[in-house]
Amino acid sequence: MTNFLAQDDEEFPEGALYASAKRIYPQTVDGFYRRLKWLILCLTLAVYYLLPFIRWNRGSAEPGQAVLVDLVNRKFYFFFIEIWPQEVYYLTGLLIIAAMALFLMNALAGRVWCGYLCPQTVWTDLFVLVERCVEGDRRERMRKDAGPWTAQRIREKMLKHTLWLIIAWWTGGAWVLYFADAPTLVLSLANFHAPAVAWIWIAILTFTTYVLAGVMREQVCLYMCPWPRIQAAMTDENALNVTYRLDRGEQRMSLKKAEATRARGESAGDCIDCGQCVAVCPTGVDIREGSQLGCIQCGLCIDACDNVMARIGRPLRLIAYDTEINIGNRRAGKPNEFKLIRPRTILYAFVIALVGGVMMDALVTRLDLGVSIIHDRNPMYVRTADGSIRNAYTIRIVNRLPTPRRFLISMEGLTNQRLDAIGLERQSDNVLIAEIGPDQTREARVTVTLPSNANVQASTNIQFRISDQGSGETVEAQDRFDGP
Amino acid sequence: MPEAANDAKTPPTDSHSGMTTTGHEWDGICELNTPLPAWWLYTFYACIVWAVGYWFVYPAWPLLTGYTHGAFGWQSRAAVVSDLAELGALRGPMNAKIASASLADIEKTPELLAFARAEGGAAFAINCAPCHGSGGQGSTGYPNLNADRWIWGGSLDEIATTIAHGARSQDDPKTHSSMMPSFGRDEILNADQISDVADYVRSLSGADTTNGVDLAKGKKVYSDNCAVCHGEDGKGSKQVGAPNLTTQVWLYGSTKADIAHRVDVGGGGTMPAWGAKLDAPTIKTLAVFVHSLGGGQ
Repeated sequence: MTNFLAQDDEEFPEGALYASAKRIYPQTVDGFYRRLKWLILCLTLAVYYLLPFIRWNRGSAEPGQAVLVDLVNRKFYFFFIEIWPQEVYYLTGLLIIAAMALFLMNALAGRVWCGYLCPQTVWTDLFVLVERCVEGDRRERMRKDAGPWTAQRIREKMLKHTLWLIIAWWTGGAWVLYFADAPTLVLSLANFHAPAVAWIWIAILTFTTYVLAGVMREQVCLYMCPWPRIQAAMTDENALNVTYRLDRGEQRMSLKKAEATRARGESAGDCIDCGQCVAVCPTGVDIREGSQLGCIQCGLCIDACDNVMARIGRPLRLIAYDTEINIGNRRAGKPNEFKLIRPRTILYAFVIALVGGVMMDALVTRLDLGVSIIHDRNPMYVRTADGSIRNAYTIRIVNRLPTPRRFLISMEGLTNQRLDAIGLERQSDNVLIAEIGPDQTREARVTVTLPSNANVQASTNIQFRISDQGSGETVEAQDRFDGP
Repeated sequence: MPEAANDAKTPPTDSHSGMTTTGHEWDGICELNTPLPAWWLYTFYACIVWAVGYWFVYPAWPLLTGYTHGAFGWQSRAAVVSDLAELGALRGPMNAKIASASLADIEKTPELLAFARAEGGAAFAINCAPCHGSGGQGSTGYPNLNADRWIWGGSLDEIATTIAHGARSQDDPKTHSSMMPSFGRDEILNADQISDVADYVRSLSGADTTNGVDLAKGKKVYSDNCAVCHGEDGKGSKQVGAPNLTTQVWLYGSTKADIAHRVDVGGGGTMPAWGAKLDAPTIKTLAVFVHSLGGGQ
């Protein structure tokens, strides 16, 4: 068998401070993990490209797109969830959950994100597939690239880059659909009436997709992404990482030599040094050197090695998801142990459950009425002409329903107070009425006046009560009334 | 320990990792040479080239009598002007509505009221807050706009007029120009008379007066000298900007000394005529904003 490893041996110019990236020609492989990766690729791309087209009925006043970032009206729609700008803490919660999920994945099974889910991996896989279809598999591509520029080679390169650019364009094209009504935008893109900002964003994403997935590939993982560095600090001896079982593989030797060694009753490693694991690797690492920064743990080397092991009649999974601790165990003659439930995995899962629970609670108990009140600080109070004491409050009420509503504004904690606000109707001295349109916010400056004969303290705790005249939904807000 | 280099051209190699070293060594610890990717270096060069582009596209180099103007004549001043024009265009439709609506209608229409309070609030912070305070709370000599005692009137139209033409402003013929005489300094009243009238003025708003003072003497002085502007009942006159003396709100302080000093020197505050500086819609939004602070009539 050809020794692929020799060709892939890294050789820097001695003493050079900069080295050109070595081209990597990943070889085709078939197996469980490759199929799993194809499946995930199809699912994630399908979600990405099709999600903007899913419709969701929210009534005529609201957009009918299931997932929409409405920058103009500053709202985010996600199926039944509608998030206003002041509720951006949902995003914070989501980011915490995402980070914890990443940590949990890492503690359980290494770089699951890098190997299977990261857009860089998914799009690179897709681009390599195109490359393979146009230019052939690893050896053909290596031969063609080493050879002269023939007409066929030029044709193939042009076809490959054209296909890449088309995919990249569609990537950007799908991106902008999340920010506007998708069918309308597709139509306006088709007849060239789309707004300039759409074209600019498509151009930017076309460029980044083409460069990152077509040209940069593993360089992104090796030099641009912070996660490999962080991950290296977070992994431990119990995490399931893609591992070369060196207790089984060493000493490496050729198949014939191994058979001869075993015939003599001596031990021989299962690794025949065929280099298949390196040939299929999308980042060009040799997994036999152990867990390393360049390894995205996609499991393709497991498939490649299994195919070889099956052919030479040795047990599968010389390379497998395994732990540091098990290598030591096997060497010591102890059985394998898999400790997936450990303090850190419990902690990560707990934090995910906690943040998720808090967010769900906030979402379920979320009111259709939002109130914020700010007491005037400058001046704290005003003495009016007749000696009354007056405080002013800026009250902002959010109506999150798609129908207009009338809210009663009243105050408790004082006696004989009078509420005033320009622009609001009056029901009584202590009750004002604010009518607020569908999905709108209204701000009113409400003054509260106590007559001059009242006994006004320096500060009195009061309560504002805002309630829907129709449904009775009520929000109470604590505040204070200041005096001299 | 690194193996010694065989000749000057080959860098030393670390025997453990097999990598070359930079040749730097500290107490036997060597720094391995891990080459950066070349594209990293080229990206850096590209950034330098990109930066050089700025010299030619934007104003960059000082010359003896000026500076290089750049290929497109870009100016930060022009950028501000175009930004302002953009802002004007953005606010245009609402400002047109503000311009055509009456002040009362603006307060009755929620959409216009919200816009006027926002734009008026911003204009207030820039133009009015230095004297009247950030919340319109005022200070000695500068009226508190939250209170409901107005020197020149507190209706929407009166507030708008005062903002547009100012008070005792030198460059607006329509400004509020009347002024209180300097009764003491100009020797119209003597010190005893001023003391008497100050006590009487305090009594108008129910404040304490000096023990045993004869208010009738002060009342006589008041009727002869003050009532023509401040009114026999002390309620003032917004036509001549004579404040209502019967309220709890005092512009220059409420002690007897404060009042006596004011009678002594007379005069009154000045306010610029903002009509010369701000456009009509802005004056209107300012009027609505001030009116909505709570003291508007």
